[in-house]
Amino acid sequence: MIRVENLHKYFGRLHVLKGITNHVAQGEVVCVIGPSGSGKSTFLRCLNLLEEPSAGRIFFDNVEVTDHRAIDVNEVRMEIGMVFQRFNLFPHLTALQNISLAPMLVRGLSREEAEARAYELLDRVGLREKAQSYPDQLSGGQQQRVAIARALAMRPKAMLFDEPTSALDPEMIKEVLDVMKMLVAEGMTMVVVTHEMGFAREVADRVLFIDDGVIVEEGTPAEIFNRPRQERTRDFLSKIL
Amino acid sequence: MIELYPGRPKEVVLTLYPSLKTWDFLHLIFPLLLKAALMTLILTVVAVGNGIIIGTFCGIGRLARNPFIRFLTAIYVDLIRGTPLLVQIFMVYFGLPPIIGAIVAKLGLGDGNPIHIPSFPAAIMALSINSGAYVTEIIRAGIQSIDRGQMEAARSLGMTHAQAMRYIILPQAMKRVIPPLCNEFIAMLKDSSLVSTIAMEELVRKGQIIATTYYRPAETWFAVAVIFLLLTLPVTRLVALLERKLKTGD
Ligand SMILES: Nc1ncnc2c1ncn2[C@@H]1O[C@H](COP(=O)(O)OP(=O)(O)O)[C@@H](O)[C@H]1O
Ligand SMILES: [Mg+2]
Repeated sequence: MIRVENLHKYFGRLHVLKGITNHVAQGEVVCVIGPSGSGKSTFLRCLNLLEEPSAGRIFFDNVEVTDHRAIDVNEVRMEIGMVFQRFNLFPHLTALQNISLAPMLVRGLSREEAEARAYELLDRVGLREKAQSYPDQLSGGQQQRVAIARALAMRPKAMLFDEPTSALDPEMIKEVLDVMKMLVAEGMTMVVVTHEMGFAREVADRVLFIDDGVIVEEGTPAEIFNRPRQERTRDFLSKIL
Repeated sequence: MIELYPGRPKEVVLTLYPSLKTWDFLHLIFPLLLKAALMTLILTVVAVGNGIIIGTFCGIGRLARNPFIRFLTAIYVDLIRGTPLLVQIFMVYFGLPPIIGAIVAKLGLGDGNPIHIPSFPAAIMALSINSGAYVTEIIRAGIQSIDRGQMEAARSLGMTHAQAMRYIILPQAMKRVIPPLCNEFIAMLKDSSLVSTIAMEELVRKGQIIATTYYRPAETWFAVAVIFLLLTLPVTRLVALLERKLKTGD
């Protein structure tokens, strides 16, 4: 579903991604781990073109999205949901409005349709009673669940998560991971940058270990966590486990 | 209004009694000055209103992807902020008429003589262009103060840049620019007095006329200052209140 070929990204002279090649299949859950500053976020942001790749090609549903002449980036982005570390909810809008705005603007839904969809999603993340609350009236865990609902409201074909629980107090991590597990169970295609090794072990079909802008090692959770082949992977895991 | 001289127009009273007591003199000129202050207020409201419209577009333009638009808006801001308002007023009032005259002649509609611009439209034009440049920078700073993640979240949902601006960034930025916009309003209330130089009869011009007509500059300018304070103080207080409110809860 998402195919990446020899992806490079420079920020000025800083070479952040140094040739990443990978393929995420339909319904697959891929967890990305690696030290801070290794390029995980940049990789994820290239996938929905929030960052413009410096070189290489990205295909989504067999369409080359890095081909600017052929593609409208907005059409790509509405098929790929993204959840951020710091939620990035719109503070001037209620939870309901946060979720229903983009479907109205981008998908052309009527207000009634968009709000019905938003209520349905609030139900699924267990926050129907918070529909009229503003983000600053919600806990971190609740905000992140609304942010997930906001992304889902566009009915994306794939979801990207960039450390969705890293900004949360420990007692709120579970409620967010539970929502993500629900998506896994529904067969959503997901790429998740995370430090939650328990989550990766439990739900990932494949784990990528990225260090210094390259995929150092990839494999099933068992392969990566129990029998890492690369010295750098062992090093990293010993530090965080 | 005191009724020292019932039935006589104030102007007549003033010329007839040059040795009026200070307090009585102030009583007589205050209403005249207040009427002129209304013109100051109108000039300021219209100029800053136009400035907000100009500034919103140019503020967005300052951050546009297109380097040509960025360049043009930057030049505008630099030119206006780098020259005195007084010079800008003179450029509109004295500089534009011959240019317009020449253009009109080129179109075959005139004889090439300067086409006079009356004080009021000239004043409005100069003040609006001036205010627009300052508001541009206020809006630009307001937009830039919004967390980058807001634009990214909006774009990640498939919104266009324009939709993200309209529905996500600007509503948040507008809240933050209210205090600096109030400050711009206060500055313009005071600076608009410069159009007194092109015979625009606002508060300061009226003060000049009264002071020289009745040879009583001390009391006149004191009264003018008091009226300026009456105009600016409420806005100053409002800004302080808003800033405190915006600090708690965004
Ligand atoms: N917009 C940017 N401009 C310049 N440098 C950036 C930008 N975004 C990220 N970087 C740099 O790229 C490197 C990788 O960042 P990132 O992808 O965020 O790493 P990670 O998510 O793995 O912690 C870091 O050195 C970071 O400073
Ligand atoms: Mg990161």
